[in-house]
Amino acid sequence: MNNKVLFGMYLPGNSLMHRLDPRLKLVGCFWFVILVFFARTWWTNLLLIGALGLVIWLSQVKFSKYWAGIRPLMWIILFTAVIQALFSSGGQVYWHWGWLAVTSAGVAQAGFLVLRFFLIITSSTVVTVTTTPLQLADALEALMKPLKYLRVPVSQLAMMVSIALRFVPTIMDEVGLIMNAQRARGMDFSSGSLFTRAKRLVPVMIPLFVAAFKRAEELAVAMEARGYDPNQARTKFRQLHWQRHDTWGTVVWGLLTVALVALRFVK
Amino acid sequence: MIEVSNLTFQYPHQDQPVLQGLSLTIPTGQWLAVVGKNGSGKSTLARLIAGLLPTPAQTIRVNDLPVDEAHLAALHHQIGFVFQNPDNQFVGATVEADVAFGLENRQVPAAAMEPRIEQALAQVGMTAYRHHQPEQLSGGQKQRVAIAGALALQPQILILDEATSMLDPQGRQTVLQRLQQIHQAQALTIISITHDPVEVAMADQVAVLDQGQILRLATPAVVLNDQALVQQVGLVQPFSMQLRDRLQHYGVPVPKEYLTKGALEQWLKRQLATRA
Ligand SMILES: Nc1ncnc2c1ncn2[C@@H]1O[C@H](COP(=O)(O)OP(=O)(O)OP(=O)(O)O)[C@@H](O)[C@H]1O
Ligand SMILES: [Mg+2]
Repeated sequence: MNNKVLFGMYLPGNSLMHRLDPRLKLVGCFWFVILVFFARTWWTNLLLIGALGLVIWLSQVKFSKYWAGIRPLMWIILFTAVIQALFSSGGQVYWHWGWLAVTSAGVAQAGFLVLRFFLIITSSTVVTVTTTPLQLADALEALMKPLKYLRVPVSQLAMMVSIALRFVPTIMDEVGLIMNAQRARGMDFSSGSLFTRAKRLVPVMIPLFVAAFKRAEELAVAMEARGYDPNQARTKFRQLHWQRHDTWGTVVWGLLTVALVALRFVK
Repeated sequence: MIEVSNLTFQYPHQDQPVLQGLSLTIPTGQWLAVVGKNGSGKSTLARLIAGLLPTPAQTIRVNDLPVDEAHLAALHHQIGFVFQNPDNQFVGATVEADVAFGLENRQVPAAAMEPRIEQALAQVGMTAYRHHQPEQLSGGQKQRVAIAGALALQPQILILDEATSMLDPQGRQTVLQRLQQIHQAQALTIISITHDPVEVAMADQVAVLDQGQILRLATPAVVLNDQALVQQVGLVQPFSMQLRDRLQHYGVPVPKEYLTKGALEQWLKRQLATRA
């Protein structure tokens, strides 16, 4: 389980990337995606690969781990790239069959497509691998704060997300418990067609839902008893602190942007 | 002071009331143990006092505040409530975040939270676990965290609904002694619902709940000495009293009044010293 990074799974650590402010990581990742679409030459893409390499190195998570997580997605991307190569035209024709043709322009476009997907997926994986879901939720709340003025219930949404995150493992445990209880009654979950297997999950889902509703009710009462009122302002225990390395991170990303623009226009 | 007068309560879609004309007064600074069989309405009574169920009008007053919709916020401010199930009251992602939850609701500034969290965790012996996630804790540890969460809010009244049921005997003793200290030092009113004779023995008064009413309200010594009553409400006598009764059975003249384990030990030592 632990030697493979699934897309979006957190790996505990204490690297610079882990310690970076989650708000910066979120915005930085978003900005990187914009840069990826802005980069159209080999040089600019090379620069982006370099920047990605830098953050991967700073995260102190081996590239092979990232690769194991990205690989399943890469197949889909390669398939898209092949289609792209076959259906686009222009440049030198290498091979053709009816209206399918492999041209130099098509190959170049497909190459860029694969590279872009790779850059986007890997950069967002760097963020999720080095940031706990809860930190991400905190960062999202902080970044969405201005939406409060548009009457978006930001803090209530954030509370919802953090409670959902808190109960994911609890409910997973419960699934295991109910399945074992059903197994003890002679239920077989591992054989039969896909349809029969799906049907056998019904006696797991029903107690699960019943338990979840009961849980929700008790939790709501407990939260009320501790003074939670969704319409009241709350203070925050987990404060996000902007530190010097966050400023440095911003500067580096700013320089990356300037370099990119320079490479694209100054020539 | 908590005053319950002629309280009758029935859950919707149930054919019998859980509580029938119940009256009870709990002075400020008292530790009241509430005992009774499963389903006798202990949790229901506690929730009504804390305003967590629709309380019938004019039946309960807490520190001169009527328990009703209009005073809920003020009530929750005064009452700390620890529930039976520790899993479904764990809100935070970690131990410290959970203790902080109530403080965040009270809008305590972040800087002021830290010492209160630290103190509350120390009181229940969970300091070493402050960064643990709920899945990494046992039932008893989660109960400790829940108690810490209530203590951090520095309530005037603490309601414990079988809040130490999953603690090992040693741990329960330690936590209860801590509560005893706070109870004495700060005149904290405690209502503890329990099936544990040791916890009953620590209280100032015991209310025995049966058939929707207070069957008996007396000191722990009196209640625990009443064999028939103890049997009726499904309690077990504390070990020291069982030992005392056994000694009396064999003709040793142990005093009849309630003795704690320590007191009984002292008495036996004194007897042995005079005999020798
Ligand atoms: N939400 C509810 N809706 C309907 N009936 C309820 C509800 N909660 C409790 N009851 C019923 O009210 C009665 C008293 O329940 P209560 O939980 O107060 O008992 P208790 O003394 O706390 O028992 P225990 O020792 O098992 O905790 C029980 O018969 C129970 O079935
Ligand atoms: Mg109960």
